[in-house]
Amino acid sequence: MSLSSFIFGKLALSVFPDSPIALGGGIFMVAMVLFVLGLITYKGAWPWLWKEYLTSLDPKKIGVMYIAVALIMLIRGGSDALLMRVQQATSVGNSQGILSSEHFQQIFSAHGSIMIFFVAMGVMFGLINLVVPLQIGARDVAFPFLNSFSFWLFAFGAVLVNLSLILGDFSTAGWLSYPPLSELQYSPTVGVDYWLWSLQISGLGSLLSGVNFIATILMKRCKGMTPMKMPMFTWTVLGAMSLVVAAFPILTVTLALLALDRTVGMHFFTAGAGGNMMMYVNLIWAWGHPEVYILVLPAFGVFSEIVPVLSGKKLAGYTSMVFSIWAIVFFSFVVWLHHFFTMGAGADVNAAFGIATMVIAIPTGVKIFNWLFTMYKGRIRFLSPMLWFMGFVVLFTLGGMTGVMLAEPAADFQLHNSLFLVAHFHTMIVSGVLFGYFAGIVYWFPKLFGFSLSEGLGKAAFWFWTIGFILAFGPLYFLGFMGATRRLDHYDASLGWQPLFEVAAIGAVLIAIGFVIQVVQILLSFRNREKLAVGSDPWNARTLEWSISSPPPAYNFKQLPVVAERDAFWTHKQISAALQYEPLANIVMPKNSASGILIAGCAFLFAFGFVWHLWWLVALGLLGGVVFVLKRTFDTDTEETLLASTL
Amino acid sequence: MMHTAPIAINEEERAADTTLLLGFWIYLMTDFVLFASLFAVYAVLHGNTAGGPGSHEIFSAPFVLIETLILLASSFSCGLALIAAREGNAKGTMVLLGFTAALGALFVGLEVNEFVHLALAGEGWWQSGFLSAYFTLVGTHGLHVSIGLLWLFALIVSIGRAGLSRSNLRKIAMLTFFWHFLDIVWIFIFTIVYMMGLL
Repeated sequence: MSLSSFIFGKLALSVFPDSPIALGGGIFMVAMVLFVLGLITYKGAWPWLWKEYLTSLDPKKIGVMYIAVALIMLIRGGSDALLMRVQQATSVGNSQGILSSEHFQQIFSAHGSIMIFFVAMGVMFGLINLVVPLQIGARDVAFPFLNSFSFWLFAFGAVLVNLSLILGDFSTAGWLSYPPLSELQYSPTVGVDYWLWSLQISGLGSLLSGVNFIATILMKRCKGMTPMKMPMFTWTVLGAMSLVVAAFPILTVTLALLALDRTVGMHFFTAGAGGNMMMYVNLIWAWGHPEVYILVLPAFGVFSEIVPVLSGKKLAGYTSMVFSIWAIVFFSFVVWLHHFFTMGAGADVNAAFGIATMVIAIPTGVKIFNWLFTMYKGRIRFLSPMLWFMGFVVLFTLGGMTGVMLAEPAADFQLHNSLFLVAHFHTMIVSGVLFGYFAGIVYWFPKLFGFSLSEGLGKAAFWFWTIGFILAFGPLYFLGFMGATRRLDHYDASLGWQPLFEVAAIGAVLIAIGFVIQVVQILLSFRNREKLAVGSDPWNARTLEWSISSPPPAYNFKQLPVVAERDAFWTHKQISAALQYEPLANIVMPKNSASGILIAGCAFLFAFGFVWHLWWLVALGLLGGVVFVLKRTFDTDTEETLLASTL
Repeated sequence: MMHTAPIAINEEERAADTTLLLGFWIYLMTDFVLFASLFAVYAVLHGNTAGGPGSHEIFSAPFVLIETLILLASSFSCGLALIAAREGNAKGTMVLLGFTAALGALFVGLEVNEFVHLALAGEGWWQSGFLSAYFTLVGTHGLHVSIGLLWLFALIVSIGRAGLSRSNLRKIAMLTFFWHFLDIVWIFIFTIVYMMGLL
């Protein structure tokens, strides 16, 4: 190894992108980053930012940072989606569209990876951080420092995945990087390594968050809140986090094995020398299927909070809701093979997995009916969270039925890898997961900031998203039946697909307008925050978070609540006895810590070193990580006490 | 700090201890899933020797037995360290943790020796799916033991500084969990990889 290849690894001048669109995207991103950094410096906001957010261990602050990163990543993932829609609407016959094949492949790989790992997961952990401690009457999560560390692993994962815009390229192997395409032989550039390592470090953050929130929900609930008195959002989070701790280690292993194949020449998934490619597909979906339920369960939880409050009734079928969560948790682990019925495992195996898949529709149906029963004869307020729910319940049920169609192995052989499948899972993830999270953001926003989001713009955003969604994905169901496969960058004009692709592109533009409206909604509402200011309980809600001021103090509850029943705050508002408080006492709070950023930053250096084969940087990241962990371990000054007399 | 009376702790602190140990348990469960995945991978690839050596040709029963006995002995001394800590014997705890670390280091040394030996004989991880799975499964366990060694070292320093403080007592309890956990994983490796590989 020569000295320069030791110092620079695989880095060379040719790593900068050469296509105009990729270069434009890279320059735009760099310009945005410089603009934001410059603005912070100009305003002299660094000390404030550092103290109030970056080093904060307050889950409310960490939650806001999660959602901020996720929304930035939504811009990236959404731009990818728009480019794909434009490409497929224009690349017909003699026209080659705006993207080269190679670049198109990078874009669909990046779109899927970013939307799942950095948008959906980010908003989910954001909402969980914001809501769970408040809802269970706790001052903090079980492990505040670990929480900050998890967030920073997620954030640095997002940085790494975006670096591929300006240094080198991204994976062209799809969002799950099936081998042998993702092996070194067929993907010799750093693209797959970017994919591997950005997912590896953010996945580790998710895993640690899973541990943290299970411990939080099990151990930090206020007195009197027995399991069957917990709010339904907290129940769904417990279900989702149980899936996280059981499924994410499989992802960690799978990514590590592919990295070993690519980096040191092992043969786990290679085409020769005793590798087994289908083992990768099994492993990745043994994580991947639970993952979709990890995302959707908290969205179910959001709706289970919003529907009762905005219908003025208690949640119908609480017990059946709890049991359906755990049925979904169980079944989500025994259906992974339905992602590759075409593997040829045999009719009996396919039948077993097909039936298990259809069975999942039952607990999900229980939830749908319970929400509808909650609305029945209720006094419904059609505010924007409720609109998101009603959009969800229609689209999600339709999407669920297409899922039952796909669960039929015989039908799946026809529909596998077609746009019908693409339309199906986007219906589940967009109208299921994303609509739920949007509803949650609108619903809890006033609690966190003390002012509500403009309702008119919220409704406009809803209609753009919903109509845009139907236009963007409705045609894909038809195209799937007509034989259009996924990931096409070009097709023949005689197929007659172009009009439908054009409708889909129009739908994508409407969705983009909906997103812009949401951004404007946040900015305008911030400007009008005095007019939009709200008290502690703007929705006339049922759970504990609405019993304290908006925004809540850092310690959430001055005196910890003691509850006697489910929805104690609601009952308390009717007959004042259900909610009592522990006596006033000193409050111990964790101090800010920069160790989370520092340790996760070292993980980033380690990962970046692996991507570019900069072994000195790998060693430096490892050493730095060990040093900062030890430093944190030996730090005894991590807590401060607020005296009761000063509160 | 020798033989201090047990410190009176209030309910809140006890709850914090329980939370910490519960959290650590859940983490260990995730590590179990991680190893379970690696065992599954090993089981799938076990026969894929691709013309290279199989398990019969590269494993040696006496060598593995010695490794196993060393690791089990380290677990025993780790357990004794916990008892010493509970009795408030700081010096005894440090000595026993040091003994645990020495045995752990010996174990890792033997494993590294085995790996180097195999690699130099041209039977390294790059040869076949079977060897990739073997090196990764056993190596991941070895990596865990190495991290445990680092942790032991830091803990001994910490006890030397602060005695058997509450925070150190918690860490000793967690380390003991971790060390016994690695023992259990090794028992599976001993049985599934080595014993079944030699039968």
